[in-house]
Amino acid sequence: MSATETANDAPVVTEDTRRLNMIEAINDALSIMLERDPDVIIMGEDVGYFGGVFRATAGLQEKFGKTRVFDTPISECGIIGVAVGMGAYGLRPVPEIQFADYIYPGLDQLISEAARLRYRSAGEYIAPMTVRSPFGGGIFGGQTHSQSPEAIFTHVAGLKTVIPSNPHDAKGLLISAIEDNDPVVFFEPKRIYNGPFTGFYDNPVEPWKKHRDSQVPEGYYKIPLGKARTVREGEAFTVLTYGTMVHVAEAVCAAKGVDAEIIDLRTLVPLDIEAIETSVKKTGRCLIIHEATRTSGFGAELSALVTERCFYHLEAPVDRVTGFDTPYPHSLEWAYFPGPVRIGEAIDKILSE
Amino acid sequence: MADRPDETAKQGSNKPTLSLHVPEPKFRPGDAVDFSHIDVTVPGAQPRPDEACHASETAPLTLDLVRVLGDDDKAHGPWDPKLDPETLREMLHQFAMVRAFDARMYRGQRQGKTSFYMKCTGEEATSISAAMALASDDMVFPSYRQQGILLVRGYPLVEMINQIYSNRGDKLKGRQLPIMYSSREHSFFSISGNLATQMPQAVGWAMASAIKGDTRIAATWVGEGSTAEGDFHSACTFAAVYNAPVIINVVNNQWAISSFSGFAGAERTTFAARALGYGIAGIRVDGNDPLAVYAAERWAANRARSNSGPTLIEHFTYRAEGHSTSDDPGAYRSVHEGEEWPLGDPVNRLKKHLIALGEWDEERHAAMDIACAEEVKAATKEAEKNGILGHGLHHPFHTMFEDVFEKLPWHLEEQAAQAIHEREVKWPEGRKP
Repeated sequence: MSATETANDAPVVTEDTRRLNMIEAINDALSIMLERDPDVIIMGEDVGYFGGVFRATAGLQEKFGKTRVFDTPISECGIIGVAVGMGAYGLRPVPEIQFADYIYPGLDQLISEAARLRYRSAGEYIAPMTVRSPFGGGIFGGQTHSQSPEAIFTHVAGLKTVIPSNPHDAKGLLISAIEDNDPVVFFEPKRIYNGPFTGFYDNPVEPWKKHRDSQVPEGYYKIPLGKARTVREGEAFTVLTYGTMVHVAEAVCAAKGVDAEIIDLRTLVPLDIEAIETSVKKTGRCLIIHEATRTSGFGAELSALVTERCFYHLEAPVDRVTGFDTPYPHSLEWAYFPGPVRIGEAIDKILSE
Repeated sequence: MADRPDETAKQGSNKPTLSLHVPEPKFRPGDAVDFSHIDVTVPGAQPRPDEACHASETAPLTLDLVRVLGDDDKAHGPWDPKLDPETLREMLHQFAMVRAFDARMYRGQRQGKTSFYMKCTGEEATSISAAMALASDDMVFPSYRQQGILLVRGYPLVEMINQIYSNRGDKLKGRQLPIMYSSREHSFFSISGNLATQMPQAVGWAMASAIKGDTRIAATWVGEGSTAEGDFHSACTFAAVYNAPVIINVVNNQWAISSFSGFAGAERTTFAARALGYGIAGIRVDGNDPLAVYAAERWAANRARSNSGPTLIEHFTYRAEGHSTSDDPGAYRSVHEGEEWPLGDPVNRLKKHLIALGEWDEERHAAMDIACAEEVKAATKEAEKNGILGHGLHHPFHTMFEDVFEKLPWHLEEQAAQAIHEREVKWPEGRKP
C-alpha cells in the first residue's frame, strides 16, 4: 500500500503533488478516469460545453468529446434512469445532479432500481454509477441549494454514501467510487469547494492552497471506501464528523484548546466501525457533528452504534451537534448552522460529565 | 381577483359553477357491452411510410389503427410483413405455448404452489410477434406481462417455473416476486415491479449502444396506465433528445387493475399520439393482429438500427383476464367485454390465417395444444423437484444478505449471523425448515 492509500496517514508531500482546491481535485479525478476507462461517461445538467455550474467538469467535453461528457435534459429521474440502463450495457456512468436538493425526482430510480438491481437480478445486472452532487449550506443558497440529505441515502440497502472533506481525499475517494461496482452517492460539500471553512464566518476566507490537505498527488490514486481518517489524535473525547464540519470541529477544538480526537468518517456506508470503536473506547466520550437536520439524521445511527458497542467505556452520554429540524433558512443561515457556539457548548458539556 | 369576471355573482346566476370530471368506463359489472364507438379500421388501408421518414410523417398513423389481417383471414396492404408459413407456424406455436404456460401457472397459484401469477391472455401478440421482429440480441426492458419474449428467445420453461416457485433452483435466489424474471444471457432485463422505471433504463441502454457504435437496439414495454408516470416523460424526452435507438411499446390493454384507460388520458387522445409532442415516430397498431404487430415492430427496429431514431408503438389490445391472481375483474368491469372485443383473439386470428393459406388445420392445432400442455406439465414436474414456495426448499439464509453489495460489509455479516442463529433457535435439531 502506498503512502497515499494509507487511511490514517496525512498525505505525503512529494515532488509529484500539486496544490489543488476541491473543484480542481474532482476535475482531475474525472479526467483521469475518462482517460483510463473508455466506459466512463459523464452527464448532467450544464456539465458539457459549460463545464458545470461549479466548474467541476470544466474542459472535459473539449478533451474527451461530446459522447463521453454531455449535457442532459433537466430531469433527475431521466438522468439516473438512463444511467441504470447504461450500467446494464456495461458503461460506468458518472452522472452529476446539479444540487443535492434536486435529487429527489431521481429517488425512485436510485432507491428502487440502482440500489437493488444487483440483488434482484442475483448479480446478472449491476449499476456501477457514481452520482456526484454538491450538498450542504453556508453559501446563502436558501432552502433549495443548501440541504444535507445524506441520511435518506444511508437508509437505503445497496447504496454507498461518500463525503470527502478536502482535495486530497476528494480525488482519491472519487476514483474509488467510480471504480466501485455498486452505486455510490458522492456528496461534495460545496461550502469548502474553494477553501476550508472554520465556521467563524466573519473571518476572511482561507484558500485551500494554505491547507495541508490541498497537496494532491499527480495521477491515479485511490482512497478505499469504508476507511475513516483520524484528522487529529487526542485523549479527551472523540469527534465523529464528515464534510465541512471536519474543519469547523477542528477550528473550534483548537480555539478552545481541548485535546479532541477528530475522526473524518469519509464514507458513511460502508462505515469504518473499527475506527469509531477504537477511538471511543480510548477517550470514553463521543461528540457527533453534522450539518444535516437532527431527527433521524446520520448522527442518530452513529449515536446508537457507539452506545451499543462502547457503552461500558463511556464516561458521558453520547451527544450530537446538528442543524435544526427546519428547512434551511436564507437570512438566518448562521443562526441555523451548527457553528462554534453550539459546538463549543457541547464540548463543555461532554467534558464536564 | 381582479381578472375574475363579476366577482359579486352568487351561485344561481346564469354562470356555471366549476365541476370536476372523473372518468367513468362505459361498462360496469352486469352492463351489456357495445363497442361500436371503437373505430375498427379497414385492414390494409393504412399507409406505410419509409422507415427513415421524418417523425411528423407518422402523425396520421398515431390516430389510425394499423391492421393487416382481414375478416377474410388474409393479409392486406403495405404493412403485410409477408412472413413465410414456417415463421407463422412458429409464432402460432409460441402463442399456444404461452397460453398453456399461463393456464398451468395460474392453476399452480390457486393450488398454493406460489404466491402470485399474471397471465397475458389476449395480449400474446404484443410480446411474441414483437419479439420475433427483433434480433435475438436486441436488449429488451419488459414490464411484467411479456413472458412471451422469453419463450421466443428460448428461455427454458423450467427456469421460469423455478422463479415462479421461488425454489432452490431459482437463479434469482427466491428474492423476486413471481414472474419478475431476469436473463442477461437472453438480453432480457431484470423486471422491476415498480412501473415504468424500465423506460428511461431502456433509453439509457440504447444511448450506450450508440455511444459505443454498437448495432444492437433496445425495446421496452409499458402498460397504458403507467404512461402516466414521470418515467414515461423522461424516457420519451431523452429518446428524442439523443435520437436513441429504442422502441417504446405501450400495451394499451384498456385496464390497469380496475382503472380503465381513461385514467391515463385515453378519453382525450390515443397513446400513440403522445409521440407527436416529443417529435418521435408513432404508430397505433391492432395489438390483436399478429401480422400488424410484427410489421410495426420491424418498421421501428429498422428505423432505430439505421440511426433514424426512436418509435413509440401503441398496441391496442384487451386484457382478457384479471390483472393478476390477486383481483377479480368481474368486480369492476362487465364480463361481456371480452366476448364483445371487436378486434378478436390473436391466437384465433393467426390460426385462421394459416388455415386460409392452406398451411394449417384444426387437427394439427388440437395436437399442438395437447403437446404444449404436456411440455409445460413435464417442465412443472421437473421444477417441482426443486420445491414450491413455502415448503422449505429455498436458498440458504446467507444468500439473503448477498448481492446487496458486491462484497458483504460488516453490518450485513453481523445480520447474516443473526439470521442463521435464529434458524438454529427455531430448529435446534438441525431439522430442515
